[in-house]
Amino acid sequence: MSPRTTSPRTTSSGGGVVQSTGPQEIVERALAAARSDDCFVIADESSTANLRWAGNTLTTNGVARSRQLTVIAVRRRAEGTSVGVVSRAGVREDQVEDVVRAAEQAAADGSPVEDAQPLLGPDDDAVRKIPAAARWDDPVASTEIGVFSGFAADLGGAFEAAQGAERKLYGYAEHSLACTFLGSSTGLRLRHDQPSGKVELNAKSADLARSAWAGCATRDFTDVDVVSLDAGLERRLGWARRKIDLPPGRYETLLPPGAVADLLVYMYWSAGAKDALDGRSVFSKPGGGTRVGERLSSLPLALYSDPATPGLACSPFVIAHASRRESSVFDNGLGLEHTDWIRDGELAALIQTRHTAELSGLPVTPAIDNLALAGPPGSSASLEDMVARTERGLLLTCLWYIREVDPQTLLLTGLTRDGIYLVENGEVSGAVNNFRFNESPVGMLSRLAEVGATVPALPREWGDYFTRCAMPPVRVEGFNMSSVSQAS
Amino acid sequence: MEPSTQTGTRTGGGNPGSGHPIDPEFAGLPLRELAAAALQRARELGAEHADFRAERIRGQEIGLSDGHLETLMDADELGLAVRVVLNGTWGFAAAVDLTTQAAVRAAEEAIDVAKVAAAMNTERIALAPEPGYGDVSWVSAYDQDPFSVSVGDKLALLSGWSERLLASPVVNHVDASLVQVRECKFYADGATTALQQRVRLHPVLTAVAVQPSGRFETMRTLAPPAGRGYEYMTGTGWDFDAELAQLPELLAEKLAAPAVQAGRYDLVIAPSNLWLVIHESIGHATELDRVLGYEAAYAGTSFASLDKLGSLQYGSPLMRVTGDRTVPHGLSTVGYDDEGVASQSWDLISGGVLSGYQLDRRIAQLTGFGRSNGCAFADSPGHMPIQRMANVSLEPAEEGPGTGELIGGVTNGIYIEGDKSWSIDMQRYNFQFTGQRFYKITNGRLDGQLRDVAYQATTTEFWNSMEAVGGPQTYVLGGAFNCGKGQPGQIAPVSHGCPTALMRGVRVLNTAEEGA
Repeated sequence: MSPRTTSPRTTSSGGGVVQSTGPQEIVERALAAARSDDCFVIADESSTANLRWAGNTLTTNGVARSRQLTVIAVRRRAEGTSVGVVSRAGVREDQVEDVVRAAEQAAADGSPVEDAQPLLGPDDDAVRKIPAAARWDDPVASTEIGVFSGFAADLGGAFEAAQGAERKLYGYAEHSLACTFLGSSTGLRLRHDQPSGKVELNAKSADLARSAWAGCATRDFTDVDVVSLDAGLERRLGWARRKIDLPPGRYETLLPPGAVADLLVYMYWSAGAKDALDGRSVFSKPGGGTRVGERLSSLPLALYSDPATPGLACSPFVIAHASRRESSVFDNGLGLEHTDWIRDGELAALIQTRHTAELSGLPVTPAIDNLALAGPPGSSASLEDMVARTERGLLLTCLWYIREVDPQTLLLTGLTRDGIYLVENGEVSGAVNNFRFNESPVGMLSRLAEVGATVPALPREWGDYFTRCAMPPVRVEGFNMSSVSQAS
Repeated sequence: MEPSTQTGTRTGGGNPGSGHPIDPEFAGLPLRELAAAALQRARELGAEHADFRAERIRGQEIGLSDGHLETLMDADELGLAVRVVLNGTWGFAAAVDLTTQAAVRAAEEAIDVAKVAAAMNTERIALAPEPGYGDVSWVSAYDQDPFSVSVGDKLALLSGWSERLLASPVVNHVDASLVQVRECKFYADGATTALQQRVRLHPVLTAVAVQPSGRFETMRTLAPPAGRGYEYMTGTGWDFDAELAQLPELLAEKLAAPAVQAGRYDLVIAPSNLWLVIHESIGHATELDRVLGYEAAYAGTSFASLDKLGSLQYGSPLMRVTGDRTVPHGLSTVGYDDEGVASQSWDLISGGVLSGYQLDRRIAQLTGFGRSNGCAFADSPGHMPIQRMANVSLEPAEEGPGTGELIGGVTNGIYIEGDKSWSIDMQRYNFQFTGQRFYKITNGRLDGQLRDVAYQATTTEFWNSMEAVGGPQTYVLGGAFNCGKGQPGQIAPVSHGCPTALMRGVRVLNTAEEGA
């Protein structure tokens, strides 16, 4: 379906009628009201729709809209530059100046910041190269519950089929549309429209003893095939009819693309240059500096982000509502390009702001909202191909409750979930008990025995925050299954 | 249910007599008019139940790195929501404009959502009855609203604390952060109209030491997040001066500590670590919506199934665990939940046996409990309320031992302080935790810190291995701001009180060996 447009709106407020102004006008009004030395204004308009189900019935649902104005006031004084950030939801036209003044007051109250940089303007090279996308003045689009109309009908059919087959379906579908407008006192007027969506489908046997999961990301739900997802789950529940108990230990393990995504997204989030420079990350070099240039894998892997990746498109410029260790408000509007984090198996870049790039002497490589891993040239094996050439190993479905145990090595712990299978002589021979794992994604890269073809992947654990991934299935030597979990 | 005409306030951990007014900007909005318009429209369109919420949530986040300001952000969320039951199906819609038109439109949209959802609904929604309380208000217990303190004063305090730590030759870096929230909620369902406000804050300081070899260690303050005002930063409820004075020395000792030898040990666990085990292995495991499978595809289910109520030996007979939304300064403490249910306190585990669950009105009705115990919560006006965790706490033993006495009863063990890493499986059986500080116990005495420690256990084995529970003098109310649950994801603040406890024969790992 095509998104509905709404702008501007007329609403009544407590008996009176006020004009609810579009985000473009809100940005202009805020910038016009600003008295600080520099100013960014970010207007976010978003809409979401969701469905949730359990035991073959719908449990919760909803639609929601939000509108948020963020003003970033920059105050430059001899003692340093300070910043005030105020973010407020549902701001009306007559409240815009209040938000601006509050940000300016916060900047006046604040102490100098270390990441201060000149603001970018429309004539800077880093801005001029941003590819044209949504036009600034176009109306704001929103999603609504109708985005699920085809999907909901298919899901209802799947419920009926599952009921008849003594299976229970659980899951969640969500669609959102976020429109971001970035303006600055230096003349930036940039807009990004981001559709996002995901479906997670979990099937269980009637006695809940067998469980299987599938998930995918989508931009508009036109490409979601519920029947196919459900058929895949039915097949996996069939695999689980035979139960095999295995002890803890280190196993040759096949990780599907979604599980790879969960481990590598965490590694990506841990790849901030500031932490590395401070000597407090797995990417710190003993004695000072970073590990950029070090080999992480004997395979010529490429881990990269690119805002123009088809199907994974994301903002082509920096949008930072507040400065943090891996982001700086001063970089707002900075164009983003293809960035190799790992190239030919070597660490090639860390997440940098312009400030940390000055400290490290490395290129400016800000975070980008997608992530892809590619194996050696010619990697074309599917997960099924890799199963077929496995003599004995484990096949995972997904990983869960992933948490950092030791930042020094980026040791992570977590659980296998919703289907872990023993593969013998090229075929799945049955379902194995779940395990708690203790593994580092950095260490794992050095133990990859095989990398398959890169395909779209949904990281199950981190899917609330990061959905745009493309990953291959991988074969890992000696994956550390630390203890048995009784969970089924 | 007929509306009550009662008007008043509740105590319930709040402080109605303290003179704190509810945010006048929020209370001054035409909340009752908006609610009346939305509820009337929902009824006109055939809803058998409708409720209305409006919320204003103010937040401020401050972050310093090595004493320099890194993050300063103020957030102010405002919105309304309408939830309906139409022909036995939920419908929910939210809006950002607090106008009559937006409230009516949200009611209409909620009805539309319920109609679309009906095609997939096979279980009729019904809510457990709750008395009407009329027009009521409630304010949490605090002295000074954090939003009444200037940013400059907060920065001066955090920067001063950072400088104190950086003055130590052991400390290379210091992170300081302060998150503050003031949450105002208005709820109306025709029988109850509740206006509430609570504040909370969480200060954290982390000292980092980096050695030339590249090895680094961190040590964080153990001060828990609290349902208190800014007085928490200045000596009420926690002694930051004393804690900061100790931190560099503790970090130095950790840097020099030997690695643990993996094996089974007796553990004496301080409340600063044990609260998180309670949260993961009891708090989530006794959420009845989760037990019934409503979180099965996401957060998971629970081993503590309904058929085990009254019979499951969850832990040793010393174990009494309560669910509670009334304790002063508790992060989950409220006057009324997001379904208009008055806050309560009840047993989840009595004498070591599973004896209760956490409920909302829908689940209470579905399972025959009769009445909800008030655990519905939505983290924003844009989200539908779901069952969220009460303050789940392990009760101390009256006249019970102090921490030193518990340590004195251990020949070869480990004393654990502070939380760090945590993970538990999707049915709440297998967990693994680390901590801030691990001390070897030899013949009843602390024998220096250890490093690279994690402990693993299965929930019921762990709690059944609890040989002793400390007395009230060891009890601390810990907790978290960010408990996640549900889809769309929601976070909730929750407290967990507990005494120090002694567990026998728990599996301890060496994390360096695990990652080798």
